[in-house]
Amino acid sequence: MGKDEVKSRRRFLSNAAMLAGGIFVSVSNNSIGALLYATERKDTKGPWYGMGIDLEQCIGCGHCANTCKSENGVSREPFYFRTWVEQYTILNDGSVKITSPNGGIDGFSQQVPDEDIFKSFFVPKMCNHCEKSPCVQVCPVGATYDSPEGVVLVDDSYCIGCRYCVQACPYGCRYIDPVKKVADKCTLCYHRIMKGQLPACVEVCPKGAKIFGDLNDPGSDLVRFKKEHAWQVLKPHMNTDSKVYYNGLRAEVR
Amino acid sequence: MPPQVKRLALLFAIFIGLFLVARYFLVPKSFGEHGHYRGLSLVENQDQEPKYAGQKVCNDCHDDLMAVKAANDHKTISCETCHGPGLIHANNPDSLPLKPAGREFCAKCHSLNAARKAENIVQVNPEEHNTGQNCTECHNPHDPWEKMR
Ligand code: HEC
Ligand code: HEC
Ligand code: HEC
Ligand code: HEC
Repeated sequence: MGKDEVKSRRRFLSNAAMLAGGIFVSVSNNSIGALLYATERKDTKGPWYGMGIDLEQCIGCGHCANTCKSENGVSREPFYFRTWVEQYTILNDGSVKITSPNGGIDGFSQQVPDEDIFKSFFVPKMCNHCEKSPCVQVCPVGATYDSPEGVVLVDDSYCIGCRYCVQACPYGCRYIDPVKKVADKCTLCYHRIMKGQLPACVEVCPKGAKIFGDLNDPGSDLVRFKKEHAWQVLKPHMNTDSKVYYNGLRAEVR
Repeated sequence: MPPQVKRLALLFAIFIGLFLVARYFLVPKSFGEHGHYRGLSLVENQDQEPKYAGQKVCNDCHDDLMAVKAANDHKTISCETCHGPGLIHANNPDSLPLKPAGREFCAKCHSLNAARKAENIVQVNPEEHNTGQNCTECHNPHDPWEKMR
């Protein structure tokens, strides 16, 4: 082996080590994390909103889904929902049946005979207002974003309707508005909460199964809810840092 | 500097200049105010008109009914859960809100279903419970047991 060859190999190794070290340092740096997740919890002093959903309380009346459509002018056709209710029925043989006729707006009827049912329950679904929202990360034009209050919003005059975000959402919470032809989704009733009102679905829930609140306020209903219940989020393995917290969420729920 | 590089550099400068001009006109004014989005969009989202007034508003004029409801089984239900959006009505009482009718309306909450827990909601089978009559003929929706006391 020639001397030059050894030298060049040594140089190569030291360069490679430096490069690897550099990449390691910059990845562990926060600013790269911000690039990866597109969002960052900026201001810890202002409000930071989320939602609690108590499945132990939900009676599946569907008023949340109906009210949401009235409040936000969502198309009445049964494919467009900002929030909807699913009925899960686990049969004795272990199979799971999920139904959501018109999102629960028309009421539920149990099709499975009682003796075949192992367990049945309702699951209201809505945008999870993730801290690391996949939908925000994929938007090519910056038409969907995290508000300073942690609410994921859509800029409908800037959206180009490319549907990337609809694909990216792991919870199926987005759709293309049939009239405006742009992405649309739950805004946590941004227009209401910024005026001090409750989101419409929370206002009309007859059982108090939906709990809205500020995660930064130790006295808020939501913080109390999180303290008192063994909550879970949907699809935690997706690492979205969802801000919709479910009490009584069973493993069968997807 | 070789002349072809000079020419290329000039071309580049023109392209970059054009790009900057185009960018100036295409990027909205408030873009980037708070983040990678149009800052004005926050205001636009906030400006949407609410349609539900919230229960406190109904109390201003219907305090009698409010008191009846608050003392009875439907106390946890907001007026607008049953009567629909009420802000227009609260601002102008001549435009009346929904008045729910029919057995299906009550059944949405009260019909028998294995997913409903008995301790959460009392259930009846609408196909068996006093069929052929409206629920409200026997149950006052604001005080369900009023007529049976
Ligand atoms: C400014 C006072 C006012 C407020 C606030 C108000 N109402 Fe009324 N409401 C009235 C009056 C007056 C009538 C009777 C109108 C009539 O009979 O022509 C009425 C009638 C009604 C009726 C009966 C409709 C019918 O078909 O007979 C309902 C239901 C109702 N209100 C619900 C509500 C709800 C729900 C709210 C809260 C969002 C509310 N109101 C807030 C004044 C008010
Ligand atoms: C459980 C659902 C429900 C709730 C909650 C409810 N209502 Fe009603 N309300 C009804 C129904 C159903 C009728 C129609 C009664 C009928 O047709 O006889 C009605 C009728 C009325 C009327 C017409 C006059 C009357 O007494 O029949 C008024 C006014 C009214 N509601 C106001 C209110 C107000 C104000 C609240 C909140 C305090 C409220 N309601 C809460 C279901 C409800
Ligand atoms: C939005 C859901 C909802 C609607 C709509 C609704 N209820 Fe109720 N009802 C409840 C809840 C919640 C309770 C209180 C919890 C309980 O005790 O079951 C209740 C209680 C009752 C009770 C008393 C049960 C008991 O514990 O003694 C009766 C009777 C009743 N409702 C009848 C009706 C009738 C009749 C209608 C239609 C006019 C109606 N409800 C509409 C949710 C609803
Ligand atoms: C003919 C009058 C009448 C009509 C119509 C009627 N009910 Fe009743 N309801 C009663 C009486 C009386 C009771 C108490 C005795 C009983 O449980 O049957 C009752 C009981 C109930 C209870 C409490 C059951 C329990 O186990 O404590 C609920 C809930 C109820 N009704 C809801 C409804 C609903 C919803 C409708 C419409 C689909 C309706 N009722 C129609 C007379 C009526």
